[in-house]
Amino acid sequence: MATEIQATKTMRKIMADHFFELDRAAKDGRPRIAWCTSVGPAELLRGMGFLVYFPENHGAMLGATRMAASCIPRANSVGYSPDICSYLTSDIGAYLMRTTPLQKAYQIEAVPRPDVLVFNTNQCRDVKDWFAWYAREFKVPLIGVHSYHNIGEITDFELRDIAKQIEGLIPTLEEVSGEKFDVDRFRDAVRLSRETSQLWRACLEAAAAIPSPWSFFDATIHMGPAVVARGTQEAVDYYRILLAELQQRIQNQVAAVEGERHRLYWEGMPIWGKLRSLSELFASLKTSVVASTYCNSWIFDQLDPAEPFESMARAYTELFIVRDEAYKERYIENCHDLFRFDGIIFHDAKTCPNNTNNRYGMPARLAKKLGIPAITINGDLSDLRCYSEEQARTQIEAFIEQLEGR
Amino acid sequence: MIYVGVDVGSSNTKVVLLEEDGKLLGSAIRRSGTDFSAAAELCLGDALRAACLERESCEMRTVSTGYGRRNVAFSDGDRTEISCHARGCFHFFPQAATIIDIGGQDNKVIQLDYAGRRTGFKMNRKCAAGTGAFLEEMALRLDIPLGELNGLAQQSTEVVELGSYCTVFTATEVLEKIRQGRKVPDIVKGLFLSVVKRVLEMDSMGERVVITGGVIAFNPYLATMLEEIIERPVLVPPYPQLTGAWGAALLASEL
Repeated sequence: MATEIQATKTMRKIMADHFFELDRAAKDGRPRIAWCTSVGPAELLRGMGFLVYFPENHGAMLGATRMAASCIPRANSVGYSPDICSYLTSDIGAYLMRTTPLQKAYQIEAVPRPDVLVFNTNQCRDVKDWFAWYAREFKVPLIGVHSYHNIGEITDFELRDIAKQIEGLIPTLEEVSGEKFDVDRFRDAVRLSRETSQLWRACLEAAAAIPSPWSFFDATIHMGPAVVARGTQEAVDYYRILLAELQQRIQNQVAAVEGERHRLYWEGMPIWGKLRSLSELFASLKTSVVASTYCNSWIFDQLDPAEPFESMARAYTELFIVRDEAYKERYIENCHDLFRFDGIIFHDAKTCPNNTNNRYGMPARLAKKLGIPAITINGDLSDLRCYSEEQARTQIEAFIEQLEGR
Repeated sequence: MIYVGVDVGSSNTKVVLLEEDGKLLGSAIRRSGTDFSAAAELCLGDALRAACLERESCEMRTVSTGYGRRNVAFSDGDRTEISCHARGCFHFFPQAATIIDIGGQDNKVIQLDYAGRRTGFKMNRKCAAGTGAFLEEMALRLDIPLGELNGLAQQSTEVVELGSYCTVFTATEVLEKIRQGRKVPDIVKGLFLSVVKRVLEMDSMGERVVITGGVIAFNPYLATMLEEIIERPVLVPPYPQLTGAWGAALLASEL
């Protein structure tokens, strides 16, 4: 049995406090609540005094608790296709069914009512459509940033435009919050977010050690504060604790997977409802999934309090998800240099084409460039109807057998 | 020592018994049904009887494979069917090759190098189009015994091209072709062509192509059609339905 990460308890408390604080605010009407996409302008919202709620985090909870299975069909029945984002369909379905994983986890009856909805389409167009549904439902403003996609070299034009779009959110946010924009408060949120991000990067890079002190499956859980609390002192404090523990594990040769024989990279979304079974499967095969594009997606080193708008624009435009194939391949090659993995697993998430990177020939190109094998697992982030456990298991076992035979 | 390979597939369970020198002692095939463990036991019994052997007097070493590989109580180890088909094919054709396995529920394309090492593999996506299940469903819709499909496809004079990707949509398309008065052999050849296309979409074919699995054992005309399309010979091992179990028995000898 792998040794449990001690920081988990603190992480759970941060997540619980996050939801309790939102629930209180929803009941009191203050502070105002902004819903924000996971890689949206959260720093600006925090800097303007909003509490920030992330529906994608709720989507992941619906997936992990497998509540998504019953919620998705409900959204399908009101016209949201089973082929679009299953975070969207499970979340809207859950709302229509008046259910949420927060009830069981924290005895919180419902997700916090938004005062404003703020998106960034850098993830996909679905986030805007998702928020648009709630904007109609709650009759609250829907504002956001329209990002560029498939970018090679980033131009000043793109950065200036995104910075302007972020700045352009301020008047509506002021109106909703009833508070004037205070640039120093904003700078402070950017500074804290940057510190969170730098620590999160250090935590993830700890997995470069052999054996790896933690795995992708651990990181998907511990990334919670990097998503929901970045821009706060609590998140910074938390990742200091986690990093210290990971460094101690490296020193003591504590491995995420005892007897680590193989190291893999996970490309694409997690399969939330199968994290545990996949983690156990890889452990039984003495294989550690040491790095992923997904967990790296919450590293925003570019944030700079001296240039808050410009640096936010850069951080949210240099992101993997909005880049072209050539950039993405270079990115994974760099990860290979750092993490020294023996193979790549591409997850083809049926309802998440934007976060799926196997569909344009990348696995074959990377396998050739890096001289390591790659496989594609068909599945989904939350809709387990798109996932065959037995097929995936056979593929993963066969992949490890292939690595053994090399 | 007898080396036993058990391939508990989604449709059928296969057992191969090999002597220490690799000679085939006996084999058996039976439906997997719903109890994989029982199917494996019964199939082993069948194979032993075919080899005129008593289980109590045999020293055996077993590797199991297939969907039910972990349900075989008498197994000494399990390997995926990808490894076992690769091993079985390399035994009969020791050369670099692309192996196509058309199974009851899934297809695999496996790339082997000159030493029999696997350099890559692909499985069909979560869709049974192009697998044995597809042909079974179509035979049912056409009310034709499965065993007659191969003969009918061979009689075709003008193949009916079917455009659908999905098994259910293909069934609808087939009904439409029947209404149009198209001949059954031409439709069946169209179904075979659909299977071949689905396989060719999965991966690139190397210089040498080997095809295995239950579907090819009963429908060898598929190999002929594949040869025509890829314009090179397609090799079929002597017992295509048993290749996975054979590979498992060979792996048992290496345990």
